[in-house]
Amino acid sequence: MITGLGVMAPTGRTVAAHWSAVLAGRSALTTISQFDASGYPVRVAGTVPGFEPRSHVPGRVVPQTDRWTHLGLAAAAQALDDAALDPATVPEYEMGVTTASSSGGTEFGQREIEALWRDGPSHVGAYQSIAWFYAATTGQISIRHGLRGPCGVLVTEQAGGLDAIGQARRLIRSGLRAVVTGGTDASLCPYGVVAQLSSGRLSTATDPSRAYAPFDAYAAGHVPGEGGGMLIVEEAQAAAERGAAHRYGAVAGYAATFDPPPGSTRPPALGRAIRGALADAGLAPDQVGAVFADAAAVPELDRQEAEAIAEIFGPYGVPVTAPKTMTGRLYAGGASLDLVTALMALREGVVPPTSGVRCPVDELRLDLVRDSPRQVALEHVLVVGRGYGGFNAAVVLSR
Amino acid sequence: MPELTLDDLRRILRAAGGEDDPATLDGDILDATFADLGYDSLAMLEMVSRIEREFGTSIPDELVPDMPTPRTAIGLINSRLRAAA
Repeated sequence: MITGLGVMAPTGRTVAAHWSAVLAGRSALTTISQFDASGYPVRVAGTVPGFEPRSHVPGRVVPQTDRWTHLGLAAAAQALDDAALDPATVPEYEMGVTTASSSGGTEFGQREIEALWRDGPSHVGAYQSIAWFYAATTGQISIRHGLRGPCGVLVTEQAGGLDAIGQARRLIRSGLRAVVTGGTDASLCPYGVVAQLSSGRLSTATDPSRAYAPFDAYAAGHVPGEGGGMLIVEEAQAAAERGAAHRYGAVAGYAATFDPPPGSTRPPALGRAIRGALADAGLAPDQVGAVFADAAAVPELDRQEAEAIAEIFGPYGVPVTAPKTMTGRLYAGGASLDLVTALMALREGVVPPTSGVRCPVDELRLDLVRDSPRQVALEHVLVVGRGYGGFNAAVVLSR
Repeated sequence: MPELTLDDLRRILRAAGGEDDPATLDGDILDATFADLGYDSLAMLEMVSRIEREFGTSIPDELVPDMPTPRTAIGLINSRLRAAA
């Protein structure tokens, strides 16, 4: 049972702000202003404006950790607060942390690489050793809140948030009381952006309102973003016994698959992940009220995803949305934020829209929710994530 | 000859390891352990590396365990600075 949510995203620094932005279809994509991006092919990004680490992170931890960890610590504290779960009331080994990470601490790393290049090895800070590391956010959350149960990190790019909550559910089944899960990413420094360019999947558009248009005739890659979401997954009976104020929904199904290598004649494995998650949840496709799509905005990848959805749910068979068009792809934070958005959709009975799509591709046969939110009675929703490198994951959330 | 003062150490510690509450380092800290002040082994390495750069000296990592408090750190580092002068 998910009992707490936290958000640090381009669309807002609280769940309420994020939810009202996505319902309104208010995109947070802007021209990159953190550094002079005029010489780079990527000009548009989704940044978290006005985020002051010192307001959210203990003073000693600020210089020891990367921005991605600052955002993760802030979202985790918010989620614990929302759950009204004081870790001190839980036996110390019965609460764990499982986050997703994608880039690690690139902004921190960039500063240290600059110091190395400019001033020499003795100027590289000792904290580089822990700040860059994928597990840093998990570790810092564990230390700050005294969570000494099993801790780990999943590195499967944009599928990461789904794999992390799948692992959180596994931990609950093995006897844990609660797990802090989710993910954030913050890789919008020059080094981080250049590293992302190697995927060949980034949008080079300069107009923020058109830069990220999945399932569109003009789809030409995605916009990168920063931030993400955190969730508290709690053993259902324990949550009921303590009278948890929020019961947003349950992780009813989860499955992950891996794509065949490039050049293989075997089909992509995304459909298998979706079917696996439905089977795990014991649901037929027609019981799913909405799909939160991965929405790569690379034509071939869009086609693969649309084919998988149409094959399983039927042509135009289920409302499909991609609110990530308003934040950019947040990598480790992306699917985590989608989970938060999907849980809010379940609770409110409304599917938020996809922004930026003007010329949907008819051949994809998708019932894409565009421009305005759609009221739908929702019992179950599906969240899909694909990570660069072949990762696929799907999660079914149920009320 | 340059000399490391308690105020230098406070300033360098703040820059190296951050601080939760400014009052922590402002008090009488000479004989408090760095661990009790909230600074772990990485903070010590970072502090030593900043002192090395600022004072143009070298302090082997093996000496870090010999300076558990500000008083022992200032004593040990100043004796090395004097020896080098």
